[in-house]
Amino acid sequence: MAARTIHPNPTQSQKTLYQSGLNLINRFVYTLRRYTAVYAALWKASLTREIMFKVNFLLWVVVELVWFGLQVAFVSVLYLHTEEIGSWTKWQVMLLVGVAQFIQQIFQALFLINCANLSDLVRTGKLDFVLLMPVNSRFLVSLRQVDPSSLVNALVALGVMGYALAQLHIKITVANLALFLMLCTVGILIHYSLMFILGAVSFWMTRSEGLVWVYYNMFQIARLPDEAFRGVMKVIFTFVVPMLLVANVPTRTLAHTLHSPLYLLLMLGCALVCFWASSLVWKSAIKRYSSASS
Amino acid sequence: MVHTIRLRFETQSIWAMKTFRKYLYAMWFGVQMNLAYRLNFFARAIFGLIPIAAVIAVWKTIYAGQGQQSTVAGYSLSEMVTYYILICVLDMLIAVHDDDLQIAREIREGTINQFLVKPIDYMWFRLSMFAGGKIAYTTVALWPLLTFILLLKNNFQSPVSSQALALFVFSALLGACLQFFISYTVAMLAFWVLEVSTFIFIVFAFEFIASGRLFPLDLLPSPLLQILMWSPFPYELYLPLAIYSGKVTGFELVRGLLLQAAWVCIMAGLARLIMNLGIKRFSAYGG
Repeated sequence: MAARTIHPNPTQSQKTLYQSGLNLINRFVYTLRRYTAVYAALWKASLTREIMFKVNFLLWVVVELVWFGLQVAFVSVLYLHTEEIGSWTKWQVMLLVGVAQFIQQIFQALFLINCANLSDLVRTGKLDFVLLMPVNSRFLVSLRQVDPSSLVNALVALGVMGYALAQLHIKITVANLALFLMLCTVGILIHYSLMFILGAVSFWMTRSEGLVWVYYNMFQIARLPDEAFRGVMKVIFTFVVPMLLVANVPTRTLAHTLHSPLYLLLMLGCALVCFWASSLVWKSAIKRYSSASS
Repeated sequence: MVHTIRLRFETQSIWAMKTFRKYLYAMWFGVQMNLAYRLNFFARAIFGLIPIAAVIAVWKTIYAGQGQQSTVAGYSLSEMVTYYILICVLDMLIAVHDDDLQIAREIREGTINQFLVKPIDYMWFRLSMFAGGKIAYTTVALWPLLTFILLLKNNFQSPVSSQALALFVFSALLGACLQFFISYTVAMLAFWVLEVSTFIFIVFAFEFIASGRLFPLDLLPSPLLQILMWSPFPYELYLPLAIYSGKVTGFELVRGLLLQAAWVCIMAGLARLIMNLGIKRFSAYGG
């Protein structure tokens, strides 16, 4: 399909391979620039909306901060009474809490509202307007709104991570940081795919608050050290809903406690499977979609 | 003379009966309305157990690292697991779900008008609806919870005495009222601010940690606990649970129950006061 659109004119056969390669790159750059421009416009619209409700913006920052503080307090209280959870020391778990929060907040900033609104789009028939736009509909559905207050909280999470790393006396190399950031991206991809599936299959949920609530419950697993889980729970939260990989693997790479590089492959593999499953769900949802009445 | 007194007594009792019936209907209405969301409830009940199961797993790991017979702040592993199971039970029976968000929405959208002009008190009506909602929720959530308890039955402890069980139920009922009135008071802020859900979530966060939902409060350093016990939050969950396990007995128990009752009255009064202030400056939108 793509190949056909790249070669629109009949004299194509006379052109060299070099030229068609160039054409492909041009096309790619053009698409990339176009989507960047669309995404920039979406950011601008979201920011404009946030500026209209400044107090509300600040209050949401406070809400997230209080909940994050609660997690930190919980870890502190646990370590008043124990030295280790499995082999995890206090500041390793703090680092984990920070990493989990960082990944969650970036995910929330870019994707959460959009995934949560998915069922509303379908129920109200507003998906029509998305499908009519001359851009990839999944792109638009997934990235329509940005939540800048979560970005503020991602910075706070970075602060906690930095403090925990200092307590652990860990020096970060550039290669380590690059690997960590890549793993964070993979973690965000896992969250996004799972939440997207949840959003797409939840038309039967009469209140959309229930959806975000389910998600928050799942995410609480990601903050906990993987060694606490055994048996069925470990299998489910590693292979079915890979919550134990999302934040634990990036944290272990930072803290140099990763047992084997196989975990990196496992995490990447799980992310790709989740993403693949989410595109299946999206395709079948679109196929079945027949707008709303009126 | 005797006749008129008797007559007055009878009219009063008829009035009381009618009032009682009115709120009983409101409760029944709450049951019916909420049963429409039973699939939601089911999902909510199942997914709500996941974080608790995870925290129990963390505790099991901690105990395993310290030897099986060890205690943490006076809690054995079984006591700790029982604590979290009972958190689930109380969460099912007495926790406020989205009553506060509903109340705030009714104020914001002006639909509260229809109650203000009717011969029914909005606060008691909402309390009845809350009770009805909890009954509806329990009929659905009971089954996943029972399964959960069966899975953990090796570590589930019964109450220290039948007396403790009775007091646990009594204290939990007071805790339900306390939770409701706190939520109701916060929801009343909707008379002043447009977006009240942020306040609801902030207060909820404080309740989450200070009521003992995240961990037993006596894991905290003792001075902190002493201060906390003067706030209303520990009386929502922690006190009934401490009564169940026999952590609180004798004089402390009586003082706890009295403080709990006092907080219920204070929060009910505050809720009423703020509601009256709010209605005074209320200019219904739309309606």
